[in-house]
Amino acid sequence: MTQEPTNVAAPKRGVPLWVQILVWIGLLGLLGLLAAGLLKAKNPIMAVRSSVPDFTVPLFSGYEYNTASEVKLSELKGKVVLVNFWASWCQPCRTEAADLESAWQSYAEKGQVVFLGVDYVDTEPEARSYMTDFNISYPNGPDMGTRISQIFNRNLGVPETYIIDQEGILRFIQIGPFQSVAEIQSVIDPLLAGR
Amino acid sequence: MLAQLGLGIFALTFLLALFSVGAAVAGYFSKSDRWVETARLAMLLTFPLITVGVATLIYLLVTGHYELQYVYSVTSNEMPFYLKITALWGGQAGSLVLWSWLMSAFASAVTLRKWERDRELLPWVIAVTSVTLAFFLALSIFYENPFARWWQTSGGDIVARMFAPAGALPLIPSDGQGLNPLLRHPGMIIHPPMLYLGFVAFVIPFAFAMAALVTGRSDDRWIRLTRRWTLVAWVFLSLGLVLGMRWAYDVLGWGGYWAWDPVEIAALMPWLTGTAFLHSVMIQEKRGMFKQWNMLLIILTYALVIFGTFLTRSGVLSSVHAFSESAIGPMFFVFIGVTFVTSVALLIYRWKDLKAEVEMHSLFSREALFLLNNLLFMGVLIVCFWGVIFPLISELVTGQKVTVGPPFYIRANGPLFGALLALMGIAPLSAWGRSTYKTLGRALWKPSIPTVIVPIVLAILGVRNWVALVGFTLVAFVIFVTLYEFWRAFRKSNLEITKRTQWIVIALLILVTIGFAAWALIDPANWLTPFVSMILTYFMVAIWMLARRNPRRYGGYLIHLSMVVMAIGILGMQVYQTTTQKTLAVGQNIQLAGYTLRYDSLAQFPYTDGRIVTRAVMSVYRGGQYLGNLYPRYDNYPDGQPVTIAGVRSTLSDDLYVVLVNWENVSEAQAPFKVYHNPLINWLWIGSLMFIFGFLVAAWPVSEKENDEGKNES
Amino acid sequence: MKAKTILLVSGAFLVLTVALFLTRKVSAQAPTPSDDQVNAIASQLFCPVCENTPLDVCPTTACHQWRELIRQMLAEGKSPAAIKQYFVDYYGARVLSEPPVTGINWLVYIVPPVAFIAGATLLFLAFRTWRRMGKEPAAGSASSSPASNDGSSPVTGSGNVLDDQYVARIEEELKKRK
Repeated sequence: MTQEPTNVAAPKRGVPLWVQILVWIGLLGLLGLLAAGLLKAKNPIMAVRSSVPDFTVPLFSGYEYNTASEVKLSELKGKVVLVNFWASWCQPCRTEAADLESAWQSYAEKGQVVFLGVDYVDTEPEARSYMTDFNISYPNGPDMGTRISQIFNRNLGVPETYIIDQEGILRFIQIGPFQSVAEIQSVIDPLLAGR
Repeated sequence: MLAQLGLGIFALTFLLALFSVGAAVAGYFSKSDRWVETARLAMLLTFPLITVGVATLIYLLVTGHYELQYVYSVTSNEMPFYLKITALWGGQAGSLVLWSWLMSAFASAVTLRKWERDRELLPWVIAVTSVTLAFFLALSIFYENPFARWWQTSGGDIVARMFAPAGALPLIPSDGQGLNPLLRHPGMIIHPPMLYLGFVAFVIPFAFAMAALVTGRSDDRWIRLTRRWTLVAWVFLSLGLVLGMRWAYDVLGWGGYWAWDPVEIAALMPWLTGTAFLHSVMIQEKRGMFKQWNMLLIILTYALVIFGTFLTRSGVLSSVHAFSESAIGPMFFVFIGVTFVTSVALLIYRWKDLKAEVEMHSLFSREALFLLNNLLFMGVLIVCFWGVIFPLISELVTGQKVTVGPPFYIRANGPLFGALLALMGIAPLSAWGRSTYKTLGRALWKPSIPTVIVPIVLAILGVRNWVALVGFTLVAFVIFVTLYEFWRAFRKSNLEITKRTQWIVIALLILVTIGFAAWALIDPANWLTPFVSMILTYFMVAIWMLARRNPRRYGGYLIHLSMVVMAIGILGMQVYQTTTQKTLAVGQNIQLAGYTLRYDSLAQFPYTDGRIVTRAVMSVYRGGQYLGNLYPRYDNYPDGQPVTIAGVRSTLSDDLYVVLVNWENVSEAQAPFKVYHNPLINWLWIGSLMFIFGFLVAAWPVSEKENDEGKNES
Repeated sequence: MKAKTILLVSGAFLVLTVALFLTRKVSAQAPTPSDDQVNAIASQLFCPVCENTPLDVCPTTACHQWRELIRQMLAEGKSPAAIKQYFVDYYGARVLSEPPVTGINWLVYIVPPVAFIAGATLLFLAFRTWRRMGKEPAAGSASSSPASNDGSSPVTGSGNVLDDQYVARIEEELKKRK
C-alpha cells in the first residue's frame, strides 16, 4: 500500500521458535493454574472416604486432652474422632453446643471416641466464655493460622463437623448444626461397631 | 407459560447464532456470498429475538412472578417499578442475559453497515461475534437459567428447575426476597450496564482484528473501521469504573472509592490494555508500525474481558462483589482457553506479515513515547494481574491463603502512574517521526516554566509530602502543556463558524449563566461552587469551538485534562485523607481537620418500603462558625445487609464524611461515629464529568465544512 | 485484747485502702485505648470472615471481637508490631494486607519488577536496532529539517522524505475514506 521511497523494511521474519515455545508454556501454565483453582473452587470440601492429612491442634488450658497441651490426629489412630468447627460469634453453633457436650458425655468414659472442638477465627476471651456457658468439657483449641479448616473446607462456615474413623478416614460431614444428641450418636455408633 | 416462551426464544437464538457461525465460515471457504449473506441475516435476526426474550423477563420481573427463582431472588412487592426493571441485572442470571442482549445489539449494528470494500472481513466478524453471543446464551440456557421455577419435590425439598421433576408440585411464593439493598443505589443501577457496554463493545474491534488475521489483511483497515467502537468501548468502561467508585463511596461507608479488591481489578485490567490499545493504534494509523503489538493488545483486552467475568463469577476468587458461586466456571474456562489459544496461534501464524512499513527513527518521537506509554500500562497490568493471581498460586502451592492488599498495589503502581502523568505532558509536544531531544526541548520549555513554580509555591504553602509535591507538579505540568496546545491552536485558527452555530453558542452561554446565577442565589454561602462551575463551563464551550478543527486530537487532550483533574482528587485522598472514630454522648464533640462535629440527636423511624432508618443529627462547626447539619444514617431492610449512608459535606476543597458506625452498639445516649476528612475528592468526580465532555468532543461527528482541516490531521 | 483487735482491724482496713488505691491507680494508668488507636492497627489487618475488607470497617461480629482484642492488648501495653504478630500466629499470614516476605511469597514482590525491567530492556534493544536500520537509508535528509513539532500543520512544504511519506499516507487515508 503506502509507497516506501527510501526505507527498506526489515526482512520478514516469523516468531522465533524459542519465543513460541515460551509463549505456549506461559499460556498453558496460566490455563493450568486456572484449572487447578477452578477444581479447588468446585470441590472446596474434602471428600468423604478420603484419608485425612495429619494436623495438630494446640489446646486451650483447661481443655487439654489427657493433660497434653496439644493433640495430633495421628496420635488418635484407633479412635473415632469428631472434629467440630465453631466460633463464639456464630449463632447456629449455640444450638448444637449442648447436644455436642451431652454426646461427648456418653462416650467419654469408654475412651473410644475423641471430640475435638476447633475454634475458628475467634478470640480467646470470647471463646472461653462460650465454652463456660455451655459447660464444654471435651478438648478444644484454636484453629491456628486457619490451617485446620483449610484442610477440610476451603470456604468453611461454622458450624461444620467432620467425623473420622479409627483408620483416619473421613466418614461423615455435617454442614450446619446437629439437631439432637441422637443424630450425633447415629453417626458415631456404627463406626464404633466397625461398620 | 411465558417463562417457557422466554427460554424457547433463547434456545432458538442460540441455535441461530451457531448457525450463523457455521454459515459465515462455510461462506468464507466456499467463497459463496450467498452463505455469508445468510449468516448476516441470521446474525441480524438474533437481536429482535433476544429483545423479545429480555422483554419477557422484564415483564415477569415487573409483574412479580415469584414462582421463578430469579424473579424471587431480586424483586419484592414493595420495590418501586423502576427497580424491578433494573433488577434485570441485579443477579447473575439476569446480568448474563443483559450481556447477550448487548452483544447481539452491537453485532447487529456492525453487520448493518455497508461492507462493499471490506466484504472479505464480514464472515469472520460475524463468526467471532456470533461465537461470543452463542457462548453467553449457552450460559443462560444451560447453567444460569433466569426462567427456572420453584418446585417442591415429593421428598419435601425445594428446588429450582425449568421443568417439573418427577412428582414435584409447583411452588408460588407470594413475595420475593427483593434486590440486595446495596444495589438499590443509582450508581449501582447504571454501573453494571456501563461496564457491560464497555466489555461488549471491545468484542467488536477484537472481531475485526481476528477477521484481519484470518484473511491475512496486513493493513490497518480493521483499526480504521473500529476506531469509534474502540473509543466508545473505552469510554463506557471508564464510566463504569467511575460509577462503581462513586457507588462504593456513597454506599459502602468505607470513606473511600477504591479498595483494590480483586473484582475491581478484574474490571480495571481490560481498561489498562484498552487504554494502551487506544494510544498505540494511532501509531499504526499514522506510521504503519506496531501492527503485531496492536493485535496482541486487542487479543489481551478481549481475553481480560472474559477472564474478568470468569474471575468474578466462577468462585475462584472470593470477594465482596463476587457473585455467589455457580456452575458456569468450567464452561468459562473452556471458552477462555479456546479463544485465547486460537487468537494467539493466529497471531503467531501471521506474525511475519505484520511487519512495520516504517521503522522507528528517534527515541524522542511521538511513536517512541507512545510505546513508552504502552510499556507503563503493561507494567500496571502486570502488577494487577500478579496481585490477583498470586493468592491462587500460593494456595495451590503451600495450601495457605494470603492477602494481596492495597499497600502492594499502591506501592507498585504509584510510580508507574506518576510516569504516565509525566508522559501525558511530554507526548503531546513531540512530533511523529524524526523528533530529536532538541525539537522536543524547544517545545517543552515554555510550559515548563510555570511548572517549576508549582512545587515552590506548594512548598511555601507548607506542603512537605514528596508524593504530593511530585504528583501536583506533574498534574500542573500536564495542565500547562494542554492549555499551551489549546493556546497555539487558538492563535493559529481563524475560527469560521456558521451563523447557526454562533447563535446556538450564544444562547447556550446565556442559559448557562442564568442557571449558575440562580444556583448561587439559592445557596449564597457556597457561591464559589457555581462560580467555578460557570467558569469551567465557559472554558468548555470555548474549547468545544476550538476542538471542532480536529476533534480527535483536542478531544484526546480534553480527556487527558480530565484524567489529571481526577488525579488531583486521587492524590488528595491518597496523601491527605484523615479519619477518626469516637463514641459520643449527646452534646459531645468530635474533631477532625479543623472541623468540630457535635452529636445532637438520634432518631429511628420506619420508611414506607419497610426499611428502618436510624439517623443521627450532627452540627458542624469550623473555627466556631456553624456550617450546617449532617445526617449520617443506616438503613436496616427487613432482610439483607444494613446500608450505611454517610453524612457528607462536599466542597471543592474537601469532603467531610461521617459514618454512624452501625457495627458497634448504637443507642441514643451513646453513638459511635467515624469521621473521614477527604481532601480534594470532588475533583475526581468533576474530572469524570469533564471526561464525558472530552469524549463527546472526540466522538461527535463533524460536518464536512467544519472538518476541512481536521481530516488532514486526525 | 480488745485494743489488739481494733489495731488489727484498722491495720487491715489501712492495707485494704492502700491496696484499693493502688489498684485504682494502676487501672488509671492504662486508660482504655481509643478507637483511633485500635483502628490504626485494625486498618492494616484483614479478617478471614470478610475477605478483602479491612478490619476497621468490617461489620461482622467476628471482626468486632478482633477489634476488642486489639483494644485489650493495647491496654496491656503491647506494641502494634507485637499485636500484628499475635494475629499472624493465631490466624495465619492471610490477616496481613501483604504477604510476608518468606518462602514462595518472594515471588509476589520479585515478578512485577523483573517483568517490567525485562519489558523495558526489550523495548530499549528494539529501539536501538530500529534506529540503526532507520538511519542508514535516510541519513542524507534526516538532519535537514526536523518534523514540525506542531501537529496542526505538518503537511505543508518542506519536502523532506518524512513529509513525503506523510503526504502519501494522508492521501492513502483520504482514498480510504471515500
